[in-house]
Amino acid sequence: MSSTTNYILGVYDDEDEVLHAVTAVKAQGIKIEDVFTPFPIHGLDVAVGHARTRLPIAAFMFGTLGMICALSLISYTMVFDWPMIIGGKDFFALPNWIPVTFEGTVLFTAFGLVTTFCASNNLYPGNKVEPLDLRITDDKFVMAINVDKNKVSAADIKKALKDSGAIEVNTK
Amino acid sequence: MSHVVSPIREKLVTGGKSYSDVTHDICKQVEGEPTKEWKIAFGISCLVFIYGAYCLFYTWWQGIGVWGLNKTVGWAWDITNFVWWVGIGHAGTLISAVLLLFRQKWRTSINRSAEAMTIFAVLCAASFILAHMGRPWLAHWALPLPNAFGSLWVNFNSPLVWDVFAISTYLSVSLLFWYMGLVPDLATIRDRATTAGRKFWYGLFSLGWTGSSKTWARYEYMSLILAGISTPLVLSVHTIVSMDFATSVIPGWHTTIFPPYFVAGAIFSGFAMVQTLLLITRVVFKLEDYITIEHIEMMNIVVTVTGSVVGIAYLTEFFIAWYSGVEYESYAFINRATGPYWWAYWMMMTCNVISPQLFWSKAIRTNLMVSFFLSIVVNVGMWFERFVIIVTSLHRDYIPSSWAMFSPTMYDIGDYIFSFGLFFTLFFLFAKFLPVVNMAEVKSVMKGVSSNFPAKKAKAAKKTEE
Repeated sequence: MSSTTNYILGVYDDEDEVLHAVTAVKAQGIKIEDVFTPFPIHGLDVAVGHARTRLPIAAFMFGTLGMICALSLISYTMVFDWPMIIGGKDFFALPNWIPVTFEGTVLFTAFGLVTTFCASNNLYPGNKVEPLDLRITDDKFVMAINVDKNKVSAADIKKALKDSGAIEVNTK
Repeated sequence: MSHVVSPIREKLVTGGKSYSDVTHDICKQVEGEPTKEWKIAFGISCLVFIYGAYCLFYTWWQGIGVWGLNKTVGWAWDITNFVWWVGIGHAGTLISAVLLLFRQKWRTSINRSAEAMTIFAVLCAASFILAHMGRPWLAHWALPLPNAFGSLWVNFNSPLVWDVFAISTYLSVSLLFWYMGLVPDLATIRDRATTAGRKFWYGLFSLGWTGSSKTWARYEYMSLILAGISTPLVLSVHTIVSMDFATSVIPGWHTTIFPPYFVAGAIFSGFAMVQTLLLITRVVFKLEDYITIEHIEMMNIVVTVTGSVVGIAYLTEFFIAWYSGVEYESYAFINRATGPYWWAYWMMMTCNVISPQLFWSKAIRTNLMVSFFLSIVVNVGMWFERFVIIVTSLHRDYIPSSWAMFSPTMYDIGDYIFSFGLFFTLFFLFAKFLPVVNMAEVKSVMKGVSSNFPAKKAKAAKKTEE
């Protein structure tokens, strides 16, 4: 988060309260930037209004890619490049290839999925972030509201946060 | 998030902990000076590691002629130890992936250390695979890499090649799953850091985690998918390990029951190993409020269930050996039970089939000392299971003139000691430098499963239910 942005932070100390607060604050026409929490809260992303993630689609595509890569490599080596008769079976011995194809699928899915996840959330080694509040990774739930993106005045936003149960209202 | 938890459920977090207490209790270990107990334990495991490393180095230098193998018994402790360690590794994935899919909340305080154990166990297993190749510097020949021989490729119809792919995929995916689970907790340590070193290292590996609701939502999906692919992966690994034996034509190995039997045995021994480690960890790191008697009891129940599956598999094997009418198969089994290695067979039967049945008694399965003792007994039994399958099936082959016995040399024993040194050294390093309990996950299930949860929170939880 850049330091020039004008944020109002509502700090909550309970996951159910922050979940209710999101709905209450939004009802007053205030646009919430994001909510930061120490652990996942079910339904919070929906309440804040984030679109459903497309990660499962990415995972499926990576899995398919892994399967194709594994099968292509095996077919190329075992059928075309250097065919060998093993146990009198066909060169194209598909049932024997299931284990390695499966492992290839899983490997590509896992690494592709995690890479996509990190890329889409801007997570990479050495990424220096300045947390909005150091207690977010401990026990506090922080609702961040960008004043510049809201038509509602800063004073009204602060009041709405207080009314919804925030134990502290800070600016950053 | 309201958790609807039946009131008859035992509490999984005791001592009236708040979220902040969780952070404090778990981070304390990472942030503080190492305790005297840790230093002693770590020192001992380093000594064991150094002795084992010498033996392994000697094995690599001289070749596997230093082992007690002979023309008849060509696989013995090397493959026994390999299968044993891989099996132990399975419990970590079971706890982190299968129990996640089943939404078992008790997994949250034990999954981190169980997954760490998986990774270290698979590394130990890999050390035997490398050593048994004889020329470990040519290990890359097991991979389909272009080479100067043609290219002569690996044989994808061979279970040994399947195993290379299974174990390496399993190790890398487990490592990835474990690391992604660590990221939010590393961020916690980063944000609490008081020294520049800690801020730098934990900052580096926490990847710039902010805890935003969008990231968490995606994170949940990612964990679910990783769990979904890890579940068939873990089943495939021991299935393929069993196929190293089952696709051969050795009586006693050539059976279709091997894949499920090996998988059950793997979970069985793995849970026993997790139990051994957790019972030590909870005392050394004073985590009795997070790893409770309830956790210990759940683990013992899994040990009993899988132990019973293993017992049925032993009996089925024996029955089929007779019922099939195949003389060689029958002989292999009669030889196991009454031949020169009878003691190994009965050791296996006692430790694996009889001892876990003691856990039917609630008094026994909630007794820490007995649980600790039995968890070790189970792993002794599972080591003997692999020894019986491998050595006893090989030592009497088709020509009586080549019948032989196997006796280990100091390098067989030394290489086994190496794996213990490696395992415990890595485990103690993990326990010192990384949070041993997944703080974010424990916090996420605390409402409902924690005893004496602070009153304000309980009231808020009640409000949500209404």
